[in-house]
Amino acid sequence: MRRIGVVATAAAIGLALTACSGGGDGGGDGGEGGGDGGTDVEVFTWWAAGSELTGLEALEAVFTEQHPDFTFVNGAVAGGAGSAAKDLLQTRLQAGDPPDTFQAHAGAELTDYIAAGQLEDVSDLYTEFGLTDVFPQDLIDLLTVDGSIYSVPSNIHRSNVVWANPTVLESAGIDPAAVPADIDAWIADLEAVQATGVTALSVATTWTQVNLLETVLMADLGAEAYIGLWNGETDWAGADVTTALEHFETLMSFTNTDRDGLDWPEATQMVIDGTAAYNVMGDWAVAAFEEQGVERGTGFVDFPVPGSDGQFGFLADSFTLPVGAPNPDGATAWLETVGSLEGQVAFNQAKGSIPARTDADPADFSEYQQSAIESYASDAIVPSLAHGAATPIAWLTAISDATSKFTTGGSDLATYQEELAAAAG
Amino acid sequence: MILMAVFVYGLIAANFATSATDNHTAAQATGVQPTVFVGIGNYLDLLASEAFQHSLKNLLLYTVVFLVGTMVIGFTWAWLLERPMRGEGIFRSVYLFPMAVSFIASGVVWRWLLNSNEGEQALGLNRLFQMVGLDFLQNPWWNNITWGIAAIALPAIWQLSGYVMALFLAGFRGVPEELREAGRMDGASEWQVYRHVIFPQLSPVALSALIIIGHMSLKAFDLIMSISKPSNYQTKVPAVDMYVFKSSFDYANSAAVGAILLIIVALLVIPYLIHTNRKEASGR
Repeated sequence: MRRIGVVATAAAIGLALTACSGGGDGGGDGGEGGGDGGTDVEVFTWWAAGSELTGLEALEAVFTEQHPDFTFVNGAVAGGAGSAAKDLLQTRLQAGDPPDTFQAHAGAELTDYIAAGQLEDVSDLYTEFGLTDVFPQDLIDLLTVDGSIYSVPSNIHRSNVVWANPTVLESAGIDPAAVPADIDAWIADLEAVQATGVTALSVATTWTQVNLLETVLMADLGAEAYIGLWNGETDWAGADVTTALEHFETLMSFTNTDRDGLDWPEATQMVIDGTAAYNVMGDWAVAAFEEQGVERGTGFVDFPVPGSDGQFGFLADSFTLPVGAPNPDGATAWLETVGSLEGQVAFNQAKGSIPARTDADPADFSEYQQSAIESYASDAIVPSLAHGAATPIAWLTAISDATSKFTTGGSDLATYQEELAAAAG
Repeated sequence: MILMAVFVYGLIAANFATSATDNHTAAQATGVQPTVFVGIGNYLDLLASEAFQHSLKNLLLYTVVFLVGTMVIGFTWAWLLERPMRGEGIFRSVYLFPMAVSFIASGVVWRWLLNSNEGEQALGLNRLFQMVGLDFLQNPWWNNITWGIAAIALPAIWQLSGYVMALFLAGFRGVPEELREAGRMDGASEWQVYRHVIFPQLSPVALSALIIIGHMSLKAFDLIMSISKPSNYQTKVPAVDMYVFKSSFDYANSAAVGAILLIIVALLVIPYLIHTNRKEASGR
């Protein structure tokens, strides 16, 4: 027994020592490079691969040029479309060990961090960097919480885009250039495609179904009532929501049966391969077409979800200034780069999204991006639900759960609507 | 021992403490807003909610299928291998090998095998059934709302049957040859030797196998996550709920789900521990 005690004590001391040295390392992380006052800027993202990584590298190049005094430290965490990074971030923020700046979806997704007092108000930086003049007012309104702004968007994506395969449409007797006027007209086209034996509408796992749902809500409710869903002015139990949910149910009946096992690239691939006619996905899907040499117009066509023309379902990646950041000056410098014209152009050329600034020259961008820039400038900007712009995380989780339950047959339409209304509180 | 006290029992206590508060938002988690003691309120709410009942039902179904599957297959293999035969080592390795694969890795493969498309678009097992003319066996696998979770037990059975086999094989080998000889001398048939001499001696092995597989089943999370997604209603189990609650800053509910799981495991394990303790005491 005594021997066990000795071993246990030794082990305890050993562990305690490792714990200490671990803690020392952790502390060193933030201010490393470090003894001279800390020039490192840790930029925490989930951009670890593909066009996102190229974008981050482009942004890093601009940062090094604009702020040679600071050193960029890549704090990217790969995996799970950001869920791994968000989990780690949650832990670090709670432990009082924030990175200098972190990536987050702009809009209501920040609500939790703001309520928890983990983000600094950066409204002053907007004035200082002149961002108030170059960001559209719609966007600034959506970013403002109780008079304060907590993040600087690096790019803009659009969520309400239909991607279609013109060859498949033609073989079903549909003119690929003609865009259906509303959801009902679209459903008629979907029926025509289904009659040819091809999957009419491809969709993937729950979050892509929520993406589809939000675009149907935009189409049926219109911009104002759609925004009302998120600020409490539109009744979730109302008849117009019921109509939208009926449309959603019909659209889901045209989809592939293995949807829950897929993620968005596989669903979009079905359109590229011609095994499906339509797919609704945010405009990052354009990279999937371009990477495979599929040409806009001949290989694919894109248009806003029928009925939601004139609305720009917006989501944006943005950067923040966490409370207690080890190097706030470095983080501020990073935010300046993110908001600058040069930074936004470099980043978005690489990532395939569009600048949040309206003063960028469209000629610098691809054909699809130019059309998105045009819509962004003229359309009503509405927040995307599936990507954290419209709601706090808990609300989105509740909507996702209800949607999964509904689309797998666990609830009927009335129950679904009740659950959505309950989620809205 | 101090470390155990702090990092295991201390944290269990902290978990129960959190589960008894109304710590449902990020602001409360960081202490910006106060939390209030609500006793067993979270537990009552959870147990009353239809979604959590669905998770518990899924967990029960998963456990039953997983337990019965591994026990039956593992026992049969062990029985077949029990008699000395050529190439026994190879069979043993082949059966045991899936256990070396992580749940995450096998989940990626099984997600494809369990593709729910049928007919022309079929993939994976459904396609295999078509090729061998067993079309009627095609089914939506884990996308079935009631039985879907049982399909996820298939890979789990595939992975752990070999382990149960190894346990039973050790049990078979532990029966002294003299006992069998004695039985045969008394005129018992080969079946009777099994029935009355060997099987009774396997019951401790069977019990440990049940406990090990049973508690693994209750902790099932990684396999489900790598085949399905956390938000998929058809495959929700309490461990997934715990993760989802945690990710949306609802620490109190997350802790409550964790506590419920701990209690279920304890209900399973503690009687076993008492049982073995008594036996050891009486054996001395």
